Amino acid sequence: MSFEVALPVIIPLLTGTLCVMLWRYNMVQRVLSILGSVALLASSIWLLVSVLREGHVVMYMGNWVAPYGITLVADMLSAIMVVLTGMMAVAIAIFSLSSASPSHERFGYYPLMHLLLAGVAGSFLTGDIFNLYVWFEVMLIASFALLILGGERAQMEGAVKYVTLNLLSSAIFLSAIGLLYGITGTLNMADIAVKLGEAEHTGMVDVIAVMFLIAFGIKAAAFPLFFWLPASYHTGPVAVSALFAGLLTKVGVYALFRVFTLIFNQNPDFTHELLLWVAVGTMLTGVLGAAAQFEFRRILSFHIVSQIGYMILGLALFTPLAIIGGVFYIMHHIIVKTNLFLISGITHRLMGTYDLKRLGGMYKARPILSILFLIPALSLAGIPPLSGFFAKFIIIKAGIELEAWFVTFIALLVGLLTLYSMIKIWGEVFWKKLPKGVDSSALDEGKTSGSLVVLYVPVVLLAACTLFIGLNGQPIYEFAEFSAAQLLNPDGYIDAVLGGNRP
Amino acid sequence: MEPIMAIVVGLLYAAAIYMMLRRSIVKLVIGLMLLSNAANLLIFTSAGMTRGAPPLIPLGSVLPDGAVADPLPQALILTAIVIAFGVLAFAVVLIHRAYNIIRTDNLDQMKDTDT
Repeated sequence: MSFEVALPVIIPLLTGTLCVMLWRYNMVQRVLSILGSVALLASSIWLLVSVLREGHVVMYMGNWVAPYGITLVADMLSAIMVVLTGMMAVAIAIFSLSSASPSHERFGYYPLMHLLLAGVAGSFLTGDIFNLYVWFEVMLIASFALLILGGERAQMEGAVKYVTLNLLSSAIFLSAIGLLYGITGTLNMADIAVKLGEAEHTGMVDVIAVMFLIAFGIKAAAFPLFFWLPASYHTGPVAVSALFAGLLTKVGVYALFRVFTLIFNQNPDFTHELLLWVAVGTMLTGVLGAAAQFEFRRILSFHIVSQIGYMILGLALFTPLAIIGGVFYIMHHIIVKTNLFLISGITHRLMGTYDLKRLGGMYKARPILSILFLIPALSLAGIPPLSGFFAKFIIIKAGIELEAWFVTFIALLVGLLTLYSMIKIWGEVFWKKLPKGVDSSALDEGKTSGSLVVLYVPVVLLAACTLFIGLNGQPIYEFAEFSAAQLLNPDGYIDAVLGGNRP
Repeated sequence: MEPIMAIVVGLLYAAAIYMMLRRSIVKLVIGLMLLSNAANLLIFTSAGMTRGAPPLIPLGSVLPDGAVADPLPQALILTAIVIAFGVLAFAVVLIHRAYNIIRTDNLDQMKDTDT
């Protein structure tokens, strides 16, 4: 019995439930939220250690042996994703101590946050395709409610788009599961992989693969179905934006990595070629969309889209090096993107706006914050020696080895344009003088405020992670290498799940 | 039976997409409802339809007699219905609140966050 696989799901569920029971006591909820997040991080590290030792960690729910019951499986990719979930949970929980307003807390901010984390961790760990759908829905319903906390006009407009597109994606996902069950008669992902491998490859499998691609593509905000993301992510409370930016789209990317390495790997000429063009479109539209924006969080939202393109590119090239690059990119991106959103939250706290035209003079007033912004911003653009450089370097090297010149060129170009956007934020928010007529009293007052220090703690921690990956990339690279080796050899996963039941 | 169900499912998908493309936010939610029903019926149909053979095991034996209907798709649909119910309840409350705040049900006028 490998109990550590279930813990990252149970802990946030339990924390959320306790927070609901202590609905009126905000202070207790805050403490619980911190404790729950730290416990989640600790249990995820335990899981990572187990996976490093054993390769795959499997747990059958209720002792119903696969393929009949629901199986929780952790391979290296799942373990990495769960550890990142734990890290983001701790960062957001600390940030929320100061950023969550009493009205958010009164309407269930902490219970929803932990329910969301449970959904995310469940999606990463389940080995059952229908169970994946259920965890997606758990995650979605929590994210819907978090997004509209506060109930402003922009939030309502953003939420209508977010809810519609995500429900559409869920319906397509559900239809695809139904069709897949019709062909294979099983829901266990390892068993599906075996059955599809044995059966004759038909056009129907390709149709189902494309349905999964569309469903997960919407969740991951891939081209051409990314519109909901820049329309909604910047409307919610900033800690919520940061959590969404770090984790939610990456669940879609994770699901793509899982099904297109394990289940739909028979016809890569079609499926992975399609993924390649999706990746190119995602990178380009995201970065060009960001170039036109003048709102801090909207620029960052468009950059989520463009960065998702790199991860999908890693999957689409489908060589060992490219998959390593994709996994490395996910690790780097979650940390950096959450950090950038948190920094936008601090500038909003100081200046009261996200509009670049009304911001300025931050470098003079807050030099430390400026340096803290530069670390993730330059990392996102891929400047050495930060984490983003190595992530981009691996993927581009994989592209050159395959002689895929066009996509490699696009990947380099998008890196350059990312730098342009980051320099734009740097120039407008930090470097230029404060525009005339903007009230800067908050900037001077807040200097010694204790609540501001709390906001800095997660930003410093995440920036330290970025520096660590950049300066000491070898162990992280080895994690990615291990996970890529597992992803490209699905037999290990199938054997671990099905055990002696393999026909 | 399957061809009829297939046509019904197709019509439901078509109606759902048509409703979702309308400008009114209420019709959008009706479209979402039809869509989730269409997906449920699709699971029901694609998993194979067996008539008059409930998956019951007679007393004293360990296997059912002959071929029986697959109970799993129905369990899936039941789960999906419950989830869809919860999510749609949220969507209905959301459009109510959105209408109260924005004072319009026209999706074309909800473009403030796009620019």
